[in-house]
Amino acid sequence: MIQKVSQSWLITRRELKAYFDGVTGYVVLGFFLLITGWFFGNSLFLNNIASVQQVFDMTPLLFMFFVPALTMGTFAEERRSGTLELLLTMPIHDWQVILAKLLTATVLCLIAISLTLLYVLIVSALGNMDAGATTAGYIGMALYGLLCSAIGIYASSLTRNQIVAYLLGFVIILALFLLDKSAPLLPAWLGNVVEYLGSDYHYNNLLRGVLDTRDLLYYTSLILLFGLLTAHNIGKRDA
Amino acid sequence: MDGLQKPKPVWLLCISRPSFQKLMIEVLSLSKRYGSDLAVQDLSFTIPKGQILGFLGPNGAGKTTTMKMLTCFLPPTSGSAQINGLSILEHGLEIRQQIGYLPEQNPLYEDMNVFDYLHYTAQMRGVEKTVLRSRVIEYAGKCGLKEVLHKQIGTLSKGFKQRVGLAQALLHDPAVLILDEPTSGLDPNQKGEILDLIRHLGDEKTVILSTHILSEVEAICERALIISGGKLVADGSMAELKTAFSGGQRIRLGILNGTIEKVLPILGTFAGLTVQETDWQGDTLFLTLAYELEAEIRPELFRLAVDQEWILTELYREKVNLEDVFRQVTTL
Repeated sequence: MIQKVSQSWLITRRELKAYFDGVTGYVVLGFFLLITGWFFGNSLFLNNIASVQQVFDMTPLLFMFFVPALTMGTFAEERRSGTLELLLTMPIHDWQVILAKLLTATVLCLIAISLTLLYVLIVSALGNMDAGATTAGYIGMALYGLLCSAIGIYASSLTRNQIVAYLLGFVIILALFLLDKSAPLLPAWLGNVVEYLGSDYHYNNLLRGVLDTRDLLYYTSLILLFGLLTAHNIGKRDA
Repeated sequence: MDGLQKPKPVWLLCISRPSFQKLMIEVLSLSKRYGSDLAVQDLSFTIPKGQILGFLGPNGAGKTTTMKMLTCFLPPTSGSAQINGLSILEHGLEIRQQIGYLPEQNPLYEDMNVFDYLHYTAQMRGVEKTVLRSRVIEYAGKCGLKEVLHKQIGTLSKGFKQRVGLAQALLHDPAVLILDEPTSGLDPNQKGEILDLIRHLGDEKTVILSTHILSEVEAICERALIISGGKLVADGSMAELKTAFSGGQRIRLGILNGTIEKVLPILGTFAGLTVQETDWQGDTLFLTLAYELEAEIRPELFRLAVDQEWILTELYREKVNLEDVFRQVTTL
């Protein structure tokens, strides 16, 4: 098992190197830092609030644009260039390839998220910071990023066109985000279900500083679901 | 195994193979269906260890599909194949370990440099850590990649890229090599180099080489297998294929002072001789004759010409090449 995961890690390492050998990685991360910095700076300088709450609040919207950009190439580009065939004729299982793709996206998300720790440092220097809420917020961000990655990778496995993959990923993430927003418009019994399915509902639960197993379960099961859907697509081999 | 093998049609030649040779690849009524299209139908053949097999067929005949099934990339719709005693249905990972594969179009990670790429594929294929570096350098040398080892793959010429693809397929020292059109898009010099490389590999490895360039097959393969419309249409050594499909012999005759009206009736008196083509080149009438039998007919034609006072400018027996065989079996 460890050996199998380490094979996945080999793929991940290659992919990360590809991101950072070129400019793609730096551009996307720089862009992310710029936008979060703008929100953080706004609340700090204009509203005089020393808090990373603004950054947490903006994360779902930001990831909606940001993560599909990171994942759009994962399968689409490999399919277009034919390297997917090379990858899938290596002595590895399909799931190892999918795990590798997910690991790559996770590492990139974690790098992006850890860049925002800069704001945490500033806040803790300026005033008192709620360590518990911040930690929970970061866990929420990481899980949300992971879910977006799984969705983005799934979208990428549907097509050989990166732009299509980006748009598909964006739309699915947006739909999950909007689910709980639409709950008040529905009858109560349906509203509850829809609310529970919304990604933002669980994200906000985590932001409140409560680590609830239901929220963790929601994220892990959805990540797994999209992983399985991706495996199904790749298994079809209709490259 | 024998019980599973279906009786071969008469025109399908069994290759002469010493019984002590180990079978490396055994394909048993392999079929692949895409939707309603049967890409490969009931394909069966075996390849002994160390043979270089030319896998021929027109475009869309199912060559690539067959290769994709053998590399465990595509699952077959029905049938099976064994590689080195392992079934492609059950031992996908072990088989992939023993196969070197150069896919059609030779996909590569163009943003990597040659060394990193080969290092990566060797690692993925489980080459031991301690020998990784030396192995990469060894095969880069064998494939003539030393001078471009630290160049980005995307900047290389097609010939070099092809060598990278080949090196990638060889690094883990596989027993079987599956090469899908390894020479497509190369210039004649590059082609020659790649073919030389493959020929040397054949000493120890079993090679399946798909191509539609028949001269390549004649140059390096011991045996050819021709498929058309997903079905096996011919299988045998070069010599066997040529005799089996030549259907007698073809004679080319050039007569300086002949006319079609005069010559044809006279030639028509020969039993088994038919005129296939006539054409004029200047004053000379050229005829392509087909003779059913293998027996020599040229002396009789010569005597006839003397009797008729025809001035012969040409009289020779055409060599049958693989191209004729190919055309014949794929347009049946």
